[in-house]
Amino acid sequence: MTFELMPDIILSTLLLLMAWGALYAPTRHDAMALFVAFGLVVALIWARLGAPDLALAEAAIGAGLTGVLLLQAARLLPAESASTEHRPLWFRSSLLFLLVTTAMFASMILNNNSLQLAGSGISANVTADSASLPEMVAAAMGDSGVGHPVTAVLLNFRAWDTLLELLVLLLALTGVRQLYPGVNRNQQAVANTIEQTWPLLLAWARFLAPLLVLTGGYLLWRGADGAGGAFQAGAMLAAAAVILRLTGLLPGLSWSSLLLRLAVNIGALVFLSVALATLMFGDGWLVYPVQWAGALIVAIEVFATLSIAVTLSLLVVGEPEELSA
Amino acid sequence: MSAMQLYTIVGAAIFLLALHGLLMTTDSIRRLIAVNLMGAGTFLIMIALAARISPPDPVLHALVVTGLVVAISATALALRLITSAAIAQHSQDSENKGDGDLSEDVKP
Amino acid sequence: MSGLVVIVAWIFMIAGTVFFVTGALGLLRFPDVYSRLHAVTKTDTLGLGLLTLGLALKSGSPGTALLLFVIWLLVLASGAVNCQLLARYNLELEARAADTDELNRQGGNHDV
Repeated sequence: MTFELMPDIILSTLLLLMAWGALYAPTRHDAMALFVAFGLVVALIWARLGAPDLALAEAAIGAGLTGVLLLQAARLLPAESASTEHRPLWFRSSLLFLLVTTAMFASMILNNNSLQLAGSGISANVTADSASLPEMVAAAMGDSGVGHPVTAVLLNFRAWDTLLELLVLLLALTGVRQLYPGVNRNQQAVANTIEQTWPLLLAWARFLAPLLVLTGGYLLWRGADGAGGAFQAGAMLAAAAVILRLTGLLPGLSWSSLLLRLAVNIGALVFLSVALATLMFGDGWLVYPVQWAGALIVAIEVFATLSIAVTLSLLVVGEPEELSA
Repeated sequence: MSAMQLYTIVGAAIFLLALHGLLMTTDSIRRLIAVNLMGAGTFLIMIALAARISPPDPVLHALVVTGLVVAISATALALRLITSAAIAQHSQDSENKGDGDLSEDVKP
Repeated sequence: MSGLVVIVAWIFMIAGTVFFVTGALGLLRFPDVYSRLHAVTKTDTLGLGLLTLGLALKSGSPGTALLLFVIWLLVLASGAVNCQLLARYNLELEARAADTDELNRQGGNHDV
């Protein structure tokens, strides 16, 4: 029993140490590096917990893209002003409070019988209440049009959430665009330093990007029946685009180009038109006709993948000429 | 104790630790990292809870997928706000300094 | 027969782990970037190779073994490239630092 838990205990210890480092490392740069490492350990843990596609998405988004974002921002920022060396007395006393709270939570979790059996693959002792939502999903799977429950939840049962999430992405991009005039000059400076790229880096980017596109395509295609889907695929494609942009292999597009605007908006547009069509001609807002459900979901997913990939890569490495109108 | 219980507890610990960091640090980048860590702790709890049954609970997985993308959008926007504010501050400072420091600039 | 294969697989995996630990020790103990890179990349390449070899033997299916081999190749290439990039970046940093030192010294001489 304890031996089986060994990898989990090691991973948990690592994770807690990295979280501590990402918060209190002596320099900001160390903190960022540890945050990226933290993301990778999280990905490992999720793979262990039966979510390999989420692990991939976390590695690409949580560690990769967020890491690039943080490092880029750090180049534009002045050095950290306040030193973290001097810590008040209540720094430690609050840590004690934190420890006590965690211990209380732990005892609560450990004493809850309905949670004990998980991970062992036996669901016999799980109380009916804690499993009712997954059972509802399983019961409705036949009408969803896809074979993978996560995809069914995302694009059929809770399609509203996913539509709004695409709008959140658009909102974030709009917000970033509004802020551009203030950073124009410094962004230009960053862009200039990237110009001469080392040959090995170029070759490596040329090798990695197609692999990432392939993985993204596979995840999208696989999403209908297994682990995968639009968001994971979009994250992979965005990672490929970011690599190519950072090495200067992909030219920057202009925001005035219709193609770029279309790519950013098409996911939400297709989703909204499907919703409107089902409202007007079907049974209601986002209630797909059963025989069409599969095709509609695939169509939405393909366009959503494109929009997610383009929006994420613009959020991470967007240049002024791409973002300012 | 099962792996799932362990990770639920670790997720809660990371959430609390990150909250502690959010309150204790002053640097805006570190605070943003702290918020991201709080999110990661929450996601970890959700994925661990999803593993209470086999196959894992799809509803929680779907929520985490959504959450990941929302988290990075928020991070990107926050970083842009931080850099814009810092640059505005910097240019304001140099303008203010510019009047008094002219004599120093002339020196080699 | 299969028992022997499993034992050999375990020996490979344990040997691989030992190399990983050595590499981590080198990372912690060596004084500068280049020797640290040397320690980490060499031992990781060998350690990962042994580990995948052990896992491939243990899995017993050619498909899985092939998959592990491809993963090993990918990580191998990525390790080599990253080592080279880090070393080169550090080299350029050092060159730049030396340049500014030189400039400072020249500036000082002019004043005198």
